[in-house]
Amino acid sequence: MLSRRWHPAEALFWAGAVAAAFLFPRQLLLMNEIAILALFALSLDLILGYAGIVSLGHAAFLGMGAYSAGFVALHVASDPLLGLFVGMAASGLLGLVTSPLVLKGNDLTRLMVTLGVGLLMLELANALSFITGGADGLQGIMMGKLFGQFEFDLFGRTAYAYSLGVLFVLFVLARRIVHSPFGLSLRAIRDNPLRATASGVPRNWRLAAVYTLSAAYAGAAGALLAQTTQFVSLDVLDFHRSADVMLVLIIGGAGYLYGGLIGSIAFKFLQDIISGFTPQYWQFWIGLFLVLFVLGGREMIHGGIKAVLARLRVLKPGKRS
Amino acid sequence: MSVVLETRALVKQFGGITPTDRISFSLERGARHALIGPNGAGKTTFVNLLTGVLRPTSGTVMLGGADITTLSREARVRIGLVRTFQINQLFATMTPLEMIAAVTSERLGLGTRGFSRLDASAGLVTETADILARFRLDDIMDETIATLPYGKQRQIEIAAAFAAKPSVLLLDEPAAGVPEAERRELLDTVAALPADVSVLLIEHDMDIVFRFATRITVLVNGQVLADGAPDAIARDPAVRTAYLGEAAHG
Ligand SMILES: Nc1ncnc2c1ncn2[C@@H]1O[C@H](COP(=O)(O)OP(=O)(O)OP(=O)(O)O)[C@@H](O)[C@H]1O
Ligand SMILES: [Mg+2]
Repeated sequence: MLSRRWHPAEALFWAGAVAAAFLFPRQLLLMNEIAILALFALSLDLILGYAGIVSLGHAAFLGMGAYSAGFVALHVASDPLLGLFVGMAASGLLGLVTSPLVLKGNDLTRLMVTLGVGLLMLELANALSFITGGADGLQGIMMGKLFGQFEFDLFGRTAYAYSLGVLFVLFVLARRIVHSPFGLSLRAIRDNPLRATASGVPRNWRLAAVYTLSAAYAGAAGALLAQTTQFVSLDVLDFHRSADVMLVLIIGGAGYLYGGLIGSIAFKFLQDIISGFTPQYWQFWIGLFLVLFVLGGREMIHGGIKAVLARLRVLKPGKRS
Repeated sequence: MSVVLETRALVKQFGGITPTDRISFSLERGARHALIGPNGAGKTTFVNLLTGVLRPTSGTVMLGGADITTLSREARVRIGLVRTFQINQLFATMTPLEMIAAVTSERLGLGTRGFSRLDASAGLVTETADILARFRLDDIMDETIATLPYGKQRQIEIAAAFAAKPSVLLLDEPAAGVPEAERRELLDTVAALPADVSVLLIEHDMDIVFRFATRITVLVNGQVLADGAPDAIARDPAVRTAYLGEAAHG
């Protein structure tokens, strides 16, 4: 009972992501950006969709991962996996340390507190210019070969394969986690914290754990960003990063893991199309789109997605399905 | 009989009002104990103090002889002190299967397992199935809780508490708001609770109270007005004027 098996539609989704590399060989850099944004959104989904923690400062963890990975590449070793690991660890640690701030209070106080942490990190990065390069950023990052084999090329072939691979591995892990007893306890807290604690769930520990995990995921996205663009600037900590990723989840829907993935595709295409004909006002148009979407379209679109998912559910009691 | 749950001079104040006013109370092992009192007497507040939802202004709460006054809510649940809520507190987006599994998984100490599958624990699977069957929820176990009729939700409210394997179960008006037709099933559920579970029932319906309880505590204005066997309570003139008479008229 209670198991979620892989559905053919999921296999199709990932096959599509691989096939896209061959179908659109000139869009690999854009697709790399999408994969990284998807990972960032997946990270936010872990806390927002599964634990009900809202955040407007998730860029803090993206930035932490990006700067850590950039720092490792510049000063320690150029191996991408090492930088990825360090980025995740550093962001995870930052998540753990800041988690007490999101344990208390309601949605509004959480929005304010996370926003504050995000702004603080930006100011900190600006001030610590001997590490971060300040406004100039970290330049001249040279990445070593992936697995000592694959060079990062100008077209983004290795970059996309790398980002997609990391996204897939972390997605599978997240999928496993949200369907575990731990994941179920998170949903319990999200649905009703009062009942969750009255059922023996130690709310604060569980939320701190998922916040740390989510931060590490965001750190991975930041590391990928630093490594595949070979550049880190204060922009990774900018407020628009936190706002964009929230937007992505709103478009794609939170709480079923694919929302961030689908949302990031939609978001990047929207951004690409709109900025194509109106480069200066694209944010206006995406803002307008968002308003209309939230007012009308969302229920329709998500209703469709949920209907499909409901059919995908495998919930058979008493036996291993 | 030994006392399993006890309070000593428990006080709770909210600003000017004192909904719990020096309550010294004891619940015996295996009890069928009712807590009654008019609206606003402080019954729910008392349960909130017992379960750690509220911290008392002063006084102590003891479970099995140990002082649990400052223990966290979840720690109290782990040592067997479990309650239901007067107003439904459910995992509304879950199915009954998922909600009971969530509580059971926590009781079995599986809640920290992030990498195992829910169906990997045979204990979790069988216990969850047992509880769903016991509370006659198996036919609706895959529906979303939020969409179920109120009577069924009330049933889940009790089942979820039971899934935590209480040694002491506090039921805050389990049949409140349930239509007459569904009340019976719910009260049968309460009557069928295992004898080794000590039960404290809060209820306004005197028929139910006198059928269920072997001991009754009457709370009025945050104070214990009377405490004793049902027939003694029924004869108590203070209770009759302060509470039963009022209920008979109202
Ligand atoms: N959080 C709170 N803050 C202030 N006053 C409160 C709070 N909770 C309860 N009270 C007050 O304490 C008193 C007791 O309330 P309580 O809910 O415990 O009564 P009750 O006996 O459960 O009543 P009912 O039978 O209606 O459920 C009431 O006067 C109520 O208004
Ligand atoms: Mg009450």
